[in-house]
Amino acid sequence: MTVDPDSPAVRIDRYIGQYAERARGMVASEIRALFAVAARPEIVSLAGGTPYVAALPLDVVGGMVGDLVAGQGAQALQYCTAQGDAGLRERICEVMSLEGIEAHPDDVVVTVGSQQALDLLARIFIDPGDVVLAEAPSYVGALGAFAAYQAEVVHVPMDEDGLIPEALEQAMAAVAASGRRAKFLYTVPNFHNPAGVTLSAARRPRILEICQRAGLLVVEDNPYGLLGFDGDPMRAMRADAAEGVVYLGTFSKTFAAGVRVGWAVAPPAIRDKLILAAESAVLCHSSFAQLTVREYLATQPWQEQIKDFRELYRIRRDAALDSLTRMMPAGCEWTRPAGGFYVWLRLPDGIDAKAMLPRAISGRVAYVPGTGFYADGAGAQFARLCYAFPEPDRIREGIRRLASVIEGEIQLRQDFAPGA
Amino acid sequence: MSLSSLTLTLHQVVVLAGGLSPEREVSLRSGNRVRDELVKLGVDAIVLDADAGLLARLASHPPTAVFPAIHGSCGEDGAIREILALLNLPYVGATPSACRAAFDKPTAKSIVAAAGVLTPESVTLSRETFHDLGAAAVIDLIVARLGLPLYVKPSRGGSSLGAGAVRSAVELPAALLSCFAYGDIALIERLIQGTEIAVSVVDLGDGPRALPPVEIVPGEDGYDYSARYTAGQTEFYVPARLPGVAANAVAEAALTAHSVLGLRDLSRTDFIVDSSGTALFLEVNVSPGMTETSTLPLALEAAGHSFGAACLTLLELAAARGA
Repeated sequence: MTVDPDSPAVRIDRYIGQYAERARGMVASEIRALFAVAARPEIVSLAGGTPYVAALPLDVVGGMVGDLVAGQGAQALQYCTAQGDAGLRERICEVMSLEGIEAHPDDVVVTVGSQQALDLLARIFIDPGDVVLAEAPSYVGALGAFAAYQAEVVHVPMDEDGLIPEALEQAMAAVAASGRRAKFLYTVPNFHNPAGVTLSAARRPRILEICQRAGLLVVEDNPYGLLGFDGDPMRAMRADAAEGVVYLGTFSKTFAAGVRVGWAVAPPAIRDKLILAAESAVLCHSSFAQLTVREYLATQPWQEQIKDFRELYRIRRDAALDSLTRMMPAGCEWTRPAGGFYVWLRLPDGIDAKAMLPRAISGRVAYVPGTGFYADGAGAQFARLCYAFPEPDRIREGIRRLASVIEGEIQLRQDFAPGA
Repeated sequence: MSLSSLTLTLHQVVVLAGGLSPEREVSLRSGNRVRDELVKLGVDAIVLDADAGLLARLASHPPTAVFPAIHGSCGEDGAIREILALLNLPYVGATPSACRAAFDKPTAKSIVAAAGVLTPESVTLSRETFHDLGAAAVIDLIVARLGLPLYVKPSRGGSSLGAGAVRSAVELPAALLSCFAYGDIALIERLIQGTEIAVSVVDLGDGPRALPPVEIVPGEDGYDYSARYTAGQTEFYVPARLPGVAANAVAEAALTAHSVLGLRDLSRTDFIVDSSGTALFLEVNVSPGMTETSTLPLALEAAGHSFGAACLTLLELAAARGA
């Protein structure tokens, strides 16, 4: 065999040396590989925060979409403004009024899900190294958006009543002591993703007061606010602090995730920058998707549909909590959400949810390891369980499988514990 | 049989990809790439997953030949090939019994070592052994016997999942825990410092031939999952920058492994070549990766073969061979 000692290196990606620093973390990962398996029907996936859109009257929605194209196709299939369709923005204000928000359609910017609003906010507020305050844990999609702009996320502890005001003050003081100032507080006050807890009514004015005193903007991300299982929706923080809060909403959980329609409501100066940022990012959003939502809100009993969703998710929440109570081994603790999609499971001491995931996949059950919800590497002992998509029997089976996996992991950890 | 003697027409080809192992995503990328290359050559090729609908689909629309591109268990442990044999469907690659021997790394090491190919000294221990005898005592014994550094990996599986180097004894429990997340048996072998080499063997109708060895130069974190499947993270040298003697030796060793394990059509054998130029067998793959970052396609192209044409030839040969 002839060998050339000077043969050049093959690097597959010829542009490897040209990527921005922020692309450094964009690599293949074992966790993503495992989630690819979790999508298979043999696996009970308690992982993805997937809404149960099959509960929608799909035939009715299909007819509505057909009518939309036939009757308003020239608008639905055309460009629109970066701020979004005016008629939809009016409807969005009606939706937000259920949570006490009095907003004008001009205050609203339509976005591609609320995820794009997070990206746009990071784009207009974050320089590399800037601080963002967020709950501990926090929504993984927000952490990803902030990381893309090289923010430093400082986590603030929560308890069963949500964000702890004293902890927020301490975090702000610590940031100030380091010579910096946080750009905003990011919070999911209702049925938190992933923690499942809700910021109590008593704490909301206190949090707002702390932030207002410090001139700290609050980003209130509220995907689940209308999906509470008990009583009326909580009053939004934005309802009591129009100038100090950017409110993010979405139709992903109350209508259809696939339409990718969300929105931001912001004070005028921020709103104007969001519109310009959106224009540079996407020129304009999908007219078709916006008009689909507009027509849905205008012609369908959407509030009744939300009640149906609430009842469906309440039954699944109950199946999850009942199964956890009956099956989880000693040492496990979990939150008891009053709405939304998620239970936050604390595993026994010494168990690492990320390390356990391959065994769980082999056991035909999936969850999201807790480390994804922290920017600082914490959360190894936690797992997020989503009960929204599987049928109740599948939830019970999934938690039975998970309990077995955890028991095996406890034994394994004991075998390899120091001194064992 | 030579390719020129083939007159068989491939009516339809099924590329099997996916499965339920942690290598599912990689397998889908491999399978889709094989399918795409075949379609470019005018072959009616589709990708099917190994799921509950597979048997009915294969029975109702039997393909001329099957290209298994499922990695990990099911794909490489012989199971899917047993099924294809039961269905009387020709397929590319090794028989089920050969797959079973090759997929189990300790078994493959023993067979290849018996044929005179060196392999790092190792022990194979189950999770139960650590439980029953006490992990600390067993770990002490391992370190006393094999020394440090070590490399720990599941006895079955690929893509470096659950595998890792151990530089000190205190790291060994964590490495074993990572390993046991992917399987209940651990292969613990002495870590040999040297050059990582992958040698693919293909038989395009004129007997098994070793393709140019591929030298793998990963980044600082080693050739882990990220380095394997993130384009650009790893440098490859094709052919490897080995002295002629070592290059020939590693090619011969790959052919020996292919032969004594009873493999056919294609395989990829991984070696470490130490500072003295000695090649040590690490493991063999009966369903090698076919992704953009996999070494077998790189080696094929370096040898002057079109990747798609080689896949087509393998399928034609399989079809001619029959079930």
